[in-house]
Amino acid sequence: MADAASSAVIGRNAPDPELLLDMFGKMILVRQMEERLGELHKQGRTRGPIHRCDGQEAVGIAGTAPLRASDTVTSTHRGHAHYIGKGLDPHRVVAEIFGRVTGYSRGKAGHMLIADVEQGMIGGNAIVGAGIPLALGQALAHQLHGRGDVAVTFFGDGAAQAGICHEAMNMAGLWKLPIVFICEHNEYGLTAHARYQSAVEDLVIRAAGYNMPGVKIDGNDVLQVYETVGEAVERARAGEGPTFIEAKTYRLVGFSTSDMGGYQPQAEIDAWRPRDPILRTRKLLLELTGEERIRKTEEEAITACDKAFELALSDPLPDASEADVPEFVGAH
Amino acid sequence: MARMRYAEALRDALRSEMLRDDKVVLYGEDIGIYGGVFKVTRDLQAEFGDLRVRDTPISEQAMTYMCVGAAISGLKPVLEIMYADFLPLTLDALINQASVLPYLWPVRVPMVIRTQGGGGSGAGAQHSKSLDALVAHIPGIKVVSPVTPADAKGMLTAAIRDPNPVVFLEHKLLYNTSGEVPDGEHVVELGKAHILREGSDVTLIANSKMVLEAEKAAEDLAKRGISAEVIDLRSLRPLDTDTIVASVKKTSRAVVINEGWRFGGFGAEVAATITEQAFEYLDAPVCRIGGFDRPIPYSQPLEAAVLPDAEKIIAGVLAMDGRAG
Repeated sequence: MADAASSAVIGRNAPDPELLLDMFGKMILVRQMEERLGELHKQGRTRGPIHRCDGQEAVGIAGTAPLRASDTVTSTHRGHAHYIGKGLDPHRVVAEIFGRVTGYSRGKAGHMLIADVEQGMIGGNAIVGAGIPLALGQALAHQLHGRGDVAVTFFGDGAAQAGICHEAMNMAGLWKLPIVFICEHNEYGLTAHARYQSAVEDLVIRAAGYNMPGVKIDGNDVLQVYETVGEAVERARAGEGPTFIEAKTYRLVGFSTSDMGGYQPQAEIDAWRPRDPILRTRKLLLELTGEERIRKTEEEAITACDKAFELALSDPLPDASEADVPEFVGAH
Repeated sequence: MARMRYAEALRDALRSEMLRDDKVVLYGEDIGIYGGVFKVTRDLQAEFGDLRVRDTPISEQAMTYMCVGAAISGLKPVLEIMYADFLPLTLDALINQASVLPYLWPVRVPMVIRTQGGGGSGAGAQHSKSLDALVAHIPGIKVVSPVTPADAKGMLTAAIRDPNPVVFLEHKLLYNTSGEVPDGEHVVELGKAHILREGSDVTLIANSKMVLEAEKAAEDLAKRGISAEVIDLRSLRPLDTDTIVASVKKTSRAVVINEGWRFGGFGAEVAATITEQAFEYLDAPVCRIGGFDRPIPYSQPLEAAVLPDAEKIIAGVLAMDGRAG
């Protein structure tokens, strides 16, 4: 088991400013998107709960950045950063959230179940832990197809307590499948802190039980996430099997838009605010590219977000007849 | 045509489809070297290797999910769940994933879950259940239960080729039954019932092993001057309502037999369908014969008491009204 938390990832490979700017822009886009969703929820304009990942964007964005389109990703109910990171169109993501025909599932899926098969996002999931064994199956297919594709599954520390996580990791280790398990440890499963849910503080120690490398990283450090996931993906491509990455991060907002809050101590939130991955990446970029390029990237991200909402909200809702599809696909 | 055991017919279908399509892969407990506890996968690992015929850990929930993921990504997995009693462990993957995702996303889930259920062998309360109704309740999942070796081969072939998830229900007391099975490619379309015996006084509608009991009952009823038509449903979902309704319109009486629990069971679905579509043709209320609503007991006389059989079917027919008696 390696512990990369203190390793000088940045020192080893000087960050590519263009890549960093790209990830920075995507993180801002996701943050903007979620803040607006939060506002629109308050205005009663969204349906169902929205799960925001404020503070966790680095894992989703940098964790998908090393992937190619044919690599598959399974996400969670908190998937906006994974969607954007994997190259999905923000307009179609927002349109799906607003139930429009232009959404990825023409409004059938909503925000928790977004998928884009062509981009390898298959997909979000509203059953906690479900993406883990689905990715296991995708990894099996990759292994048999022999094209070097890799399955990546994102899940939270809450899902890591589900039995299915153990079953899937055992099989992945047993069969040396090309899969990367990325645990976004955001400290809360629903409203209960991890200390009330897990017998161990660092989940990464479990990797040893599945005969796979485990790496604990600072999930708010885009470069560390990028580099660690990149290495794990290369291992998987080379047929060397799965890796478990525990990315320590923090969910700055509630479980969902319907969360009344009150269980996250203010001191805890205050301690994590300066570690916000967007602030940290900005600071890093300041030395590398200067203020001007940063501003430009920020503006572009905000414009992209504006456009996504503007388009999505003016798109039509589906006709009710679209709900009625043949029960069995072989029947049509 | 060759005479073949039910288990051999299933194996024949698996082997043929594996030869035909290298995307067909088998997963399950003890299916490798051991060849499956009912020997359906005998020697297949030796022939196709351990990547295509894979022994899994005892992890039904993850296995089923895994097959959904693999099917989405281009494989055609056939999963063996050793006993139907363990289907509840697979239900999350079926109810929340296999049946849902193809509705939401442009994906297909071409997977088959083979399992066996049913009582009569003294396997006890956790190895004898018929949970047909539980899986047939889920839209988007096909549920079939062949009773003859020919259908076992033809329907398993069709199930593997089907782009939908299919739950393929076998019966532990059918594996050693024999029958004529067509040589070479043999495909039986899913969703079609089969009239096994023509009759004019009452329609007996059954599936899986209960079809054999219905046939026995029909023989006996014939001696009593009652002409019973026997329908093997073969497929619970899609349900061939046309065949059922046409028969009931002819006979005016229907008895629905399922081995599973009667309460909320599959017989209720068939009975309601008949009532909706052929009410004015009925001379008597539809009769349901099902398993007693309790766990399957172990001891032979107790087990026999809770399971439907020909005798109970005959009693059901005779009790329908004066004419049937």
